Amino acid sequence: MQQPLGEQIRVRMDQDGPVFTDKRGFREAWRQIKRDRFLYALAALPLLYFIIFRYLPMVGLIIAFQDYDPFLGIGAMFSLDNFVGFKHFTNFFDSIFFWNVVRNTVLISFYKLLFGFPLPIILALLINEVRITLFQRTVQTISYLPHFFSMVVAAGIVRAMLTPQGGLLNQAIVAFGGEAQAFLTDPALFRSILVTMDVWQQAGWNSIIFLAAMATINPEMYEAAAMDGANRFQRMWYVTLPSISFAIVIILIFRIGGMLDAGFEQILLLYSPSVYSVSDIIDTYVYRAGLIGRQYSFGAAVGLFKSVLALGLMYLANKVAQYLGQEGLW
Amino acid sequence: MKLSRGEKLFDWVNILVLTILTLFFLVPFLSVVSTSLVSGREYALRGLFILYPYQPVLNSYEMLLGQGSIVINAYFVTTARVIVGTALGLIFTFPLAYVLSKRRLYARVPITMFIFFTMLFHGGLIPNFVLIEKLGLLDSFWSMILPNLINPWWLLIMRNFMLAIPEELEEAAIMDGASPLVVLVRVYLPLSMPVIATIGLWYAVMHWNYWFDAAIYINDPKKLPLQLILRGILEYGTGQYSDYSGLAEMTELTDPPPAESLKAAMIVITTLPILMIYPFIQRYFVRGIMLGSIKG
Repeated sequence: MQQPLGEQIRVRMDQDGPVFTDKRGFREAWRQIKRDRFLYALAALPLLYFIIFRYLPMVGLIIAFQDYDPFLGIGAMFSLDNFVGFKHFTNFFDSIFFWNVVRNTVLISFYKLLFGFPLPIILALLINEVRITLFQRTVQTISYLPHFFSMVVAAGIVRAMLTPQGGLLNQAIVAFGGEAQAFLTDPALFRSILVTMDVWQQAGWNSIIFLAAMATINPEMYEAAAMDGANRFQRMWYVTLPSISFAIVIILIFRIGGMLDAGFEQILLLYSPSVYSVSDIIDTYVYRAGLIGRQYSFGAAVGLFKSVLALGLMYLANKVAQYLGQEGLW
Repeated sequence: MKLSRGEKLFDWVNILVLTILTLFFLVPFLSVVSTSLVSGREYALRGLFILYPYQPVLNSYEMLLGQGSIVINAYFVTTARVIVGTALGLIFTFPLAYVLSKRRLYARVPITMFIFFTMLFHGGLIPNFVLIEKLGLLDSFWSMILPNLINPWWLLIMRNFMLAIPEELEEAAIMDGASPLVVLVRVYLPLSMPVIATIGLWYAVMHWNYWFDAAIYINDPKKLPLQLILRGILEYGTGQYSDYSGLAEMTELTDPPPAESLKAAMIVITTLPILMIYPFIQRYFVRGIMLGSIKG
């Protein structure tokens, strides 16, 4: 259950700690480290976790530039004989899969953004206008329930809805005189299913941040607007929306920054060969070609290609956020 | 204030739209619950996805949860994963968050950047798999625990919370002769309980729901967590687990449940604990979003 980068939390690098560079400074630094040795001891084991499980895989990315053989020892990973330069990258760029997976990644992300981004805002606006507290709470509580289903459960529910063996949707279609459809294997519908499922699972949850922003609006603004004769719609449009525009813009920028994550787990659980042409994204391709197909070096190269692009996008997103006067992520 | 007709209309339309949206969020799950209660006989008569079964039966649940069933086994695996993963997660996250909240700490910013960078860039699927393989953790319970020990986002949320605790408290405790360990356990631990409870719950839900690590690291069906057994049953039916008693008896039932009911029941079984603690989840997760926005 990873939170989209920058969606909800901002990291603050406040007040730099002391850093010394000259000779006397080193002695002073050492004195401070000795003074706080208890703290460094506390941090040692957790930091070791980051080194082993977060940084070692980055070192392991060198296999992207080799013909790595999983049956050889670790030594082979650092021997110069195996290096092949950018072979795997050019192979990927030249392959028939390249444009397909890049296009699918960007398109699926784009559609999810197109529908999945405005809906939580609309939902929050509607919930915010409800005057009956009990109804308001109930709607909210139910709206984020799907967020807490595991991806396997959520995909299972979608399968159950869509199965031609008496799924709810097909039952309805048959009841109205139509013919049952195999939705999940239809390339024309598959992306729509992904987007709908994404909205169903995340819209309620994503509305929370907007509701929180709305809760901070000064009620006097509404009173003043009402005094000037603004109706409910006008108050939503001229008071509520401008007041949360800051949250809207920032969240939009960081969602664009995270565009290359098009929903790996979701797609992996729902797709099948008949819809690969419209659903195979970079991540699923790495999984199939790299891991299942045991082309570790090739898979690592494709993965690295994506990670570097994603880092660049996120960097840009942060720059834009800073340009707009926000503090950005870092 | 008397409402005008337009205002009243607005309210009613709003409630109507929200009711429809709420049904959209809720109905898929409800229909899965009702499917799980359909018997083979009723299925033959009425078909599946009945709004509510005339004669709800628990056949599917009895079959899945029979003696020695792989589902029961997976329940234990997942429960162990949640308990061990949450406990170790907090044991690793809390001290580091505490250390990083000390403004006087030498090299605090470089260390924070060192952690923060891992949120922006990672080795990716293949190098992670190679690492687990080289560590000899394939097919081990620990392959689900160790790579997820610390979630950097949650670590920084915890740190932000602790940054708000006044430093004077530590100074006062040291004046009274407390050692650094006593300061941590007696002063900061109790004050951090709200954030520890919140993030502990996040770790627990994450471990309950997460499945992909087990999908690539674990082969032995006896070691698979619940989510993976669910996935297996959803995609290939129960037949593959027929070696495990309990499921095998399905053929001996006089009224075996339809395959779709079994799948639905398995979805409900996997989600039930989440539903049972949902009131807490809701409160703590929503509060967590607010915690995250506390200024450093």
